[in-house]
Amino acid sequence: MTAAIAGRATSDRRVPVSRGYRFEVVKLLSLWRLRLLIIAAWVVPAGLVIEVSRGSSLPADTLFGRWMHTTGWAGSLVVLGFAGTYALPLLTSLVAGDVFSAEDRLGTWRHLLVAIRSPRRIFAAKALASLTVIVLLIAGLTCSSTAAVLSVGNRPLLGLNGQVLAPSDAAAKVLLAWLCALAPTLALAAIGLLGSVTLGRSSMGLLLPALAGLAMDGAQILPLPVAVRVALPSYGFVAWRGLFTSPVQLGPLLVAIAVSLVWAVVATGLAYWLFLRRDFTSISTDGLVRKTLTVGVLPLAALFALTAGVLAVSAPATKGSGIDQSKLQHSVTTGFAYLYVLQAQQLHRPSITVPQLRASTSCDKGGGLVAASGPGNGWRCTVTWHIPGVSNAVGQAIYQLDVTPDGRYIADGDGPVQVNGYFLVRTPTGDAANPLWQFDGTVDLLATKG
Amino acid sequence: MQDATDITRLAVRARGITKSFGEVIALDGVDLDVAPGRIHGVVGPNGAGKTTLLGLLLGLAVADSGSLEILGVPVRRALAGPDGVAGFVDGPGLYPALTARRNLAALAALRGSDAYAASIDEILSEVGLTDVADDRVRGFSLGMRQRLGLAAALLTKPRLLVLDEPVNGLDPAGKNHVHRVLGRLAEDGSAVVISSHRMDDVEALCSEVTIVGRGRVAFSGPVDKLRTESGEIAYRLVTTDPSAAREVAVTTPGVHLADGASLGPRASSDALVVRAAVAALDELVVQLVHAGVAVRELAPVISPLEAAFLALTEQPEDDR
Repeated sequence: MTAAIAGRATSDRRVPVSRGYRFEVVKLLSLWRLRLLIIAAWVVPAGLVIEVSRGSSLPADTLFGRWMHTTGWAGSLVVLGFAGTYALPLLTSLVAGDVFSAEDRLGTWRHLLVAIRSPRRIFAAKALASLTVIVLLIAGLTCSSTAAVLSVGNRPLLGLNGQVLAPSDAAAKVLLAWLCALAPTLALAAIGLLGSVTLGRSSMGLLLPALAGLAMDGAQILPLPVAVRVALPSYGFVAWRGLFTSPVQLGPLLVAIAVSLVWAVVATGLAYWLFLRRDFTSISTDGLVRKTLTVGVLPLAALFALTAGVLAVSAPATKGSGIDQSKLQHSVTTGFAYLYVLQAQQLHRPSITVPQLRASTSCDKGGGLVAASGPGNGWRCTVTWHIPGVSNAVGQAIYQLDVTPDGRYIADGDGPVQVNGYFLVRTPTGDAANPLWQFDGTVDLLATKG
Repeated sequence: MQDATDITRLAVRARGITKSFGEVIALDGVDLDVAPGRIHGVVGPNGAGKTTLLGLLLGLAVADSGSLEILGVPVRRALAGPDGVAGFVDGPGLYPALTARRNLAALAALRGSDAYAASIDEILSEVGLTDVADDRVRGFSLGMRQRLGLAAALLTKPRLLVLDEPVNGLDPAGKNHVHRVLGRLAEDGSAVVISSHRMDDVEALCSEVTIVGRGRVAFSGPVDKLRTESGEIAYRLVTTDPSAAREVAVTTPGVHLADGASLGPRASSDALVVRAAVAALDELVVQLVHAGVAVRELAPVISPLEAAFLALTEQPEDDR
């Protein structure tokens, strides 16, 4: 019963993460659906931005959409807004939400374990490979949407306070905004990993990031307290807007990134913990729902509650909607002043500066019959400014404001027509609507005062 | 140069292996010895614990109690076995979006050896898949997947190859391919452990067999020993004179006539079914020749291994 064994060395040799990572990347990139997604991410945004920018009607209800004729940088931001709502949750679903469950569907876990010999390294390789593909997709969306600048025009971008951003400044902010969107995407990817590990071959694992993303995005448009909204990773998909205000709303952006990264770490940690405890000799799914709830959903729900609680305690302003009269008045004043200066330039009027206008705004909601706070379309603001060169002459313009719960508003000029009504002005890039007619703005939900 | 300790080293040495899943005892005090250069069959009814045993050899799980040495290395936790073990349980792990060649190349890259990558074409040829090497595995038949799974296991040049139902789904040509490959591997000094429901395959391939029933070893040893220990088994006897043969069989000590219905579709008026041990059967043949009856066919109704398998794993009436 005995025989000699050839003198080949016996060793407990595990496969390094780097090789496992390459193996996972090869597998992911062999999937046609991912190849198509990557090609689409690198091609479609540019085509879309160019096509819309050349069209007769612009998506004026989308942030920066009204400036797509004017500058290519606006198009990239419109794509970013769309991506945060739909594309990125869907893309993370198809990548991170499937990276573990694919092995369940194919029945390849045992093969992989025998080959790599370390669940820890398998997890690391899969997480890194899915992160790589997700970054590749985001890079594609970023590069493609910004490449449209070459066709539409590398011109200044109007910020969310009406300030003019030079092309170089706009480029830096646009790229930074895309970079900031990476944080909430990582949080969704981590939720995808968790779903993929927990739910195995169930299609729910694949859908989890998309459903979580849409649910969190839905929460952003509900009139919830700021603490609740900011405690969700999806706030990161809107917080980048603060980069385009003057001054920059850095607080909400940093909080959003921190919250997203904490979600990413916690969800990845839970997925890792669960994966290491998985019994690969059993294909039973008994107790799957209970396990999903206790190990997957409850810790994230606790994290959400804890974050919201910390925010509510540390920043009392977050207990309410974060939108009040003074913030709106300040924001509308700033926006109007910058745009008034722009309008003067476009109409070839005497040069003027923002301080010279000494503008101020008075806002009420519902004609003063309801409390002047919170989102809604009943806001009415009257802007007053000193007409330059005319002693004691004061101008007034009225705006109707539609304010959404995430702090964004559209100010719609309500007269006088020659100030903020609709008329075309001739600009170096062609005829454009009067800049004071309609403009976008955003208020800092975390600020204590305007 | 061989280490002195390698001379007596077994590829697999298991003692008192016990493994439970909840309240289900999959393996209960299993002993197993597999020497290098041998092909060892593990057979047993469904749920007997074969796959669990093979999973332990591959390192996918660890025994609750008992000791297990793989290639001379004690294995005390999952996935901690030595290098040189390959194989699959519950079917080969293949990626359908990759071609056969890419599946092997990805595995070779994973193991980080240029030598593995260089041998891909050779191994594909060995398992008869050269013509479909650049086809995606998605379109492969079950038999082709089995052969590619075997190729993947061979890629790492294992010293212990563990295969669960390796000829499942294979046509005769594919089966011959696999038999040749496994035979050659054993000749080169590697140990091979296979499980199968096909007793003819096990008999054709394996020099040793372990019969497992309800988590326990019912027999373990050389197939020849099993034959001699299996006692009386049924044989189909076709002669030139069935009536004379019947008379001779009745008068030969240790030979019993059995119901011809046990032959099923192979039953005919020319065929007798006799039950006898090997020695009595030899005597029957001698007596038939003396009586001037020519023997045209004498073969087990079922193989000795299958007979032994059925006898050893049969559940007592009161347990059913």
